[in-house]
Amino acid sequence: MVHLFKFQNDTLAFDSESGALHKLDALSAAVIESYIEHEGQHPGETEIQQLEASLGPDVRECCNDIDELIARGDLFAAAKSITPDQLYPDQPRIKSMCLHICHDCNLRCEYCFASTGDFGTGHRTMLDAETGYKAIDFLIEASGPRRNLDIDFFGGEPLLNWPVVVDLVDYCEKRGAETGKILRLTMTTNGVLLDEEKSRFINQHFKNVVLSLDGRPDVHDRMRPDAGGKGSYQRIAPHFKDFIAMRGDRDYYLRGTFTRHNLDFTGDVLHLASLGKQLSMEPVVAPAGVGYEIRPEDLPAIEAEYEKLAMEIRQAKAKGEPFNFFHFMLDLSHGPCAFKRIKGCGVGIEYIAVTPEGDIYPCHQFVGEPEYRMGNVHNQPVQIDPVVQLPFYSLLVPDKAECSQCWAKYFCSGGCAANSLHVNGHVNGVDPISCQLQKKRLECALWLKT
Amino acid sequence: MKHIQTISEACIHVSAGQSACGECQ
Repeated sequence: MVHLFKFQNDTLAFDSESGALHKLDALSAAVIESYIEHEGQHPGETEIQQLEASLGPDVRECCNDIDELIARGDLFAAAKSITPDQLYPDQPRIKSMCLHICHDCNLRCEYCFASTGDFGTGHRTMLDAETGYKAIDFLIEASGPRRNLDIDFFGGEPLLNWPVVVDLVDYCEKRGAETGKILRLTMTTNGVLLDEEKSRFINQHFKNVVLSLDGRPDVHDRMRPDAGGKGSYQRIAPHFKDFIAMRGDRDYYLRGTFTRHNLDFTGDVLHLASLGKQLSMEPVVAPAGVGYEIRPEDLPAIEAEYEKLAMEIRQAKAKGEPFNFFHFMLDLSHGPCAFKRIKGCGVGIEYIAVTPEGDIYPCHQFVGEPEYRMGNVHNQPVQIDPVVQLPFYSLLVPDKAECSQCWAKYFCSGGCAANSLHVNGHVNGVDPISCQLQKKRLECALWLKT
Repeated sequence: MKHIQTISEACIHVSAGQSACGECQ
């Protein structure tokens, strides 16, 4: 499938099955449109004569070039044929865990999917070291022959339970050495308690750190007040600035959330760029009626804003002040294998979440939904409920009717199961708003490659 | 090519008999 689109003054053709990208002039764009109408086949003689009448004598030469690109597999490439036995070296194995260090938080972010830390339970709880050990042991055992494992220290706010963080990092490193596993640790923090001592420890032991900051001070403070209702920007931003200076060239992301209150979020991304160079800005996930949710009528403004952001990124690079925006990062020469592209995040079968009580869920977005509880690490030997897990085996891109004919499928990988649950009432679907935004971000990313 | 500039060539490949290594993040 060829996706033909205009971006600023450029016309681009993206071949979704091969990942090849081409820049077109007006003539080649018109000729490729004719090929698209003929499902990738050479137009008939009558049509070529009509094209020549309107576009001039180069049409046949252009057709020859397109035929050459088709023969090379760079245009109208055939659909991939992937069999289930190719997706895993043996079978799906749980190899990635979101470990909830606590269900409590020192902020009261209005849009928090974790209900400001307690995940809607009304109970603010801390993970104890023993439960953490069992969760880590379960991951190592469940991973079978997989060598590279991931553990994300998550919350609530994980820094509220700092002694357990330190204890579990030590345990991970000990168990990794004993078992020959590489345990990559990551953390997400709001930064309130991020002092110099914690920064040094995190920099030493964590491969990636996500720092939550929404952008401009007034935007951040509107949605991210503390428990007393005061804005948190002035306390947090200096912590992040110091942390990033100490972080050097190791991975981190300054990550914000935008809502319909700041659809001009380019200003927030540029503000983040004054603090760091690895940035992300995510659309809020929120139910209808809360007032700050993204609505269908907001989509044209958001799409225009993504274009504006892409142009700012190009200008910043030209000025020698480049920054990375997570959703515009695209590797067109060395990207993931086709198998990963159709599997997505592995929710429920390769990726799980464990709560402070030891309950196992398909991912952090499902925590607190009783029907999605898959087991508990205290029930030894740990058993994953096969009935709960079953629908998560059917989330591959080819399993979704909406995805099979989508040009973005190998870069989006089928979208988020939790979003689908909120929108459709089941996990095996798509969220149309997320799809539209994803496609726009990909067009921006492709344009930035030209 | 006079009217088409290829920015990047095919990058998504699948070979028969190939399978995932399973070690990706």
